[in-house]
Amino acid sequence: MTKTITRRRLMAGATATTALLAAPPLIRAQPQALKIAVLLPRSGYLAQAGQSCHRGAQIAGKVLSDHGYRVELVHIDIESSPDVSRTQAEKVINEGAHCIVGAFDSACTLAIAQVCEQRQVPLSINIAAAPPITEQGYKFLVRNFPTGGMLVSNGLRLIKDVLDATKLAAKTAVFLHANDTFGAAQRTAMDALFPRAGLPFQLAESIAYDPRAQDLSVEVTKIRALNPDLVLTVTRAADAIKLVRDMVRQRFEPKGIISPGSPGLYDEEFFQALGPLADYPIYNIPWANPKASMSQALEAAFKPAHPNFRFAVECFNVGFTFEALLVAADGFKRAGTTNGAALMQAIRATNIAAHVMIGPPIKFDDKGQNVGIPSAAVQSRNRTPTVVLPAEVATTTPVLPMPGWQRRS
Amino acid sequence: MIGLLNPRARVLMLVLLAALIAAPLVADRYLMSVLILIFYFAYVGQAWNLMMGFAGQLSLGHALYVGLGGYVSALLWLKFGIGPWLGAFAAVAVAAAFGAVIGWLGFRFGIEGVYFALLTIAFAEFTRIAFDHIDYAGAAGGLFLRVEEGEWWNLRGGTLLFYYLALALAVGALVLTAFLARTRLGYQWLAVREDEEAARALGINAFRAKMTAVLISSAMTAVGGVFTAFYNNNLFPSRVFDINRSIEIILAPVVGGLGTVFGPVVGAFILTPLGEALTALTGLFGINTPGVKGAFYGLALMVIIVLKPSGIWPWLARALRLTERRP
Amino acid sequence: MNPTIYLEVVVQGVLTGLVYGLMALGLSVIFGVVRVVNFAHGEFTVAAMYAAFLLFTLFGVDPLIAMLPIALVFFCVGYGLQLTLVNRFVGRAEHEQFILLVGLAIILVNGSLLTFGADARPVRLSYGFDSFLVGPVIVDKVRLYAAAAALTVAAALFLFFRFTSTGTAIRACADNLVGAAVVGLNVRKLYALTFGLGLACVGAAGALMETIADAKPELGPVYTLIAFIIVIVGGLGSMTGALVGGVLIGISEALAGFVLTPSMKSMFSFALLILVLVLRPQGIMGRRT
Repeated sequence: MTKTITRRRLMAGATATTALLAAPPLIRAQPQALKIAVLLPRSGYLAQAGQSCHRGAQIAGKVLSDHGYRVELVHIDIESSPDVSRTQAEKVINEGAHCIVGAFDSACTLAIAQVCEQRQVPLSINIAAAPPITEQGYKFLVRNFPTGGMLVSNGLRLIKDVLDATKLAAKTAVFLHANDTFGAAQRTAMDALFPRAGLPFQLAESIAYDPRAQDLSVEVTKIRALNPDLVLTVTRAADAIKLVRDMVRQRFEPKGIISPGSPGLYDEEFFQALGPLADYPIYNIPWANPKASMSQALEAAFKPAHPNFRFAVECFNVGFTFEALLVAADGFKRAGTTNGAALMQAIRATNIAAHVMIGPPIKFDDKGQNVGIPSAAVQSRNRTPTVVLPAEVATTTPVLPMPGWQRRS
Repeated sequence: MIGLLNPRARVLMLVLLAALIAAPLVADRYLMSVLILIFYFAYVGQAWNLMMGFAGQLSLGHALYVGLGGYVSALLWLKFGIGPWLGAFAAVAVAAAFGAVIGWLGFRFGIEGVYFALLTIAFAEFTRIAFDHIDYAGAAGGLFLRVEEGEWWNLRGGTLLFYYLALALAVGALVLTAFLARTRLGYQWLAVREDEEAARALGINAFRAKMTAVLISSAMTAVGGVFTAFYNNNLFPSRVFDINRSIEIILAPVVGGLGTVFGPVVGAFILTPLGEALTALTGLFGINTPGVKGAFYGLALMVIIVLKPSGIWPWLARALRLTERRP
Repeated sequence: MNPTIYLEVVVQGVLTGLVYGLMALGLSVIFGVVRVVNFAHGEFTVAAMYAAFLLFTLFGVDPLIAMLPIALVFFCVGYGLQLTLVNRFVGRAEHEQFILLVGLAIILVNGSLLTFGADARPVRLSYGFDSFLVGPVIVDKVRLYAAAAALTVAAALFLFFRFTSTGTAIRACADNLVGAAVVGLNVRKLYALTFGLGLACVGAAGALMETIADAKPELGPVYTLIAFIIVIVGGLGSMTGALVGGVLIGISEALAGFVLTPSMKSMFSFALLILVLVLRPQGIMGRRT
């Protein structure tokens, strides 16, 4: 006899379904893990930095769960495009993301921020330079990353400390920066803060270079003509290589190359290209605290996952990306819900003492900015970035003036 | 040459339009954000199509007008509190002025084809670097608008506002193009595009016809810039004037069908979803390697241009019998 | 300021300009003869840079030597590309050629990202940091060698076009296509040959460029623009024009960068391009057609 849908079967089925739908909320329980979408530029012109951040995001899941946080991570490539950032943010929220972490680039971050604001989904920014991000009135974002102004003011203070520690007599300096979003923000900050920083040397000139230029020989010649004791730099990754290379070729040896806060001087490609010539520049930026247990745990997870990369070199991108995820996970733990508004409120109230980067507990002001992130003076020694100041977290002391190019082995 | 839409196609078009108007009731926000992109590219693509498809002047620097439109309107709003509806007039004026200069230089000095294209690139790049140094406009650091909602007349609103605005722009551009194609100016453009010398011999003022195309095209594109500025709430010279943006603008009309009224719309409806689909597909196959989607996108472009060099719309129109034959 | 510094800046401009000139030479050959707008020119250059990087890293071959096999491979690629794909687009509207080559460029850029990753890929030459002291002027060894190699390749190409029958045939195609066909020249094969030669130039230039800059996926568009500026300024169809244009752009950018703000230096090149397009579209050394 063939099975037919009899009225009895239909009624039975309908009853069962209704019973299921009317079941108490226990069956549709609260999500056990926070679903975080990590949006990073892994292709396009920001790919190098985006992929570095991604390496941090890949190991974050395990480290967070080891510390008692439950997260589920989804990784999205935003192709260095704000249009893609916006559509992918919408898509990923549709697919159930409770929180977004990203996005390295200011334009992309702002596109995502708008989506997050409208959909009431928290955005935890890992890295984004433009100061106005926390000035535009967004309520659904937090930025655990210093603004250009913070980087420069901390950076200048550390330069003073470095000069005191190495007893270096410097009379003049030249400031070289890329004329892109990040470099321009640094320049604005420098122009405002340097006169009041009380540094013992004069700033002879500030030189802006074209970030699309493939050749920095003319810029180096310009610097050389001024013959400064110190060269202060704000560069992107590949540019730092050209800078030092041309300094060597043009036989120009400043007493020190110091960055008040930028990438470039410690990227792996920099070490690969220059070998022993890559040593001794100093960069004053937030850094992973070598003495913090969470930072050590992160490093321990990084090594096996990425054997071809060095944590000591990538800890800036990796550390901040991890901390952005930590902020989200910690907010979830305290809020106990994935509801956007409640989660955001919990995140704004963040106070995490044990984290990765050097500095006081992670806290946000009413604009969502963490204003307490200090910089450390990090110097490349033996092709490895090493914290040299402040003394509490340093593993060795700074060395200036830099040994001459020809005397490097 | 594509004929006019037959009654069946006209009904289809109205149905589609009604669907798009009603879409926000059922569509999710992801779909809406994709549609806004489609409408935007259909709009600026149509603007570019007027200059290239109808008047035959290849511009590879159209991002110049987007950027100018965006910056002028954003600055008027930020520094003087002048809303975008008024600001758009200023934006249009500035962009048209630049367009006039480029057009005049090109046509007066007989710069054509690739050379004209390079002229437009040079102007866009020059302006990009210039804006990188104009502190009043934020220089390389960027220009930022405060994010607010509630003043729809100042374009301070959410996705719904921009959805309908973008749709209105795209439809408006379509209607304008269809109208212009049927005017004497439109036929003059056609004549100049096909054979400028013959057109001149017939007494057509080719210079005036081409200049009009450039002015209308640059003016329309500037409005797209106003949209961009108020939708994204930020402007960076290295992004908004970038040559890649200029290339993005021309993809939809060329793929859709140059010189046709519906080409840019069809092209936008193909390319933007293609990009999203490729992202979804690569994700589906578990390929999370950056660069794969981009490589397939480039391949798709090559395949389309090899198989359908005059664009997809002409072929589609014929295949689906959407047009009536011209007498 | 010490006047020898200006001399040094000019010398740097000349040397770098010569390598750019070789890259532009490839474009001039392709555009001048086959009349195809190669908007993937920069991306091909970057592909050659990666090839040089690969040969150096795997086999320790100096790019100055690797230049030869790379040029040969690129010749074959160009020949094949022209016959199979580009030939259909010869004589077609520029925007169609443009889309074809933009698509190809996108594939090349993403392919480089997939294969080599996002980091810059430099070659560590043993003499990479050395420089000569010529009087009061410091000259980089690497730039000098690269410029010398560029000149050699350009000279070889010049001799080929001037003194061989194939070279003359190609020039005939450029001058008068109909006439060339009438005389019985196999235009299709000559086009393929020309495209191959053009890409061979690009291959050699890219290999040399790898000694000066470091290969990265997104360098393509920058080089494409530079090549077009040089070709227009120097003069289409003129080989010496490409080199002269390269040197001119090199010097003007170097001086502009040195005297004014370096971040504005490209503005001069674009302004120069506009001036040339308006006032002397055949370029400095081109002939008015």
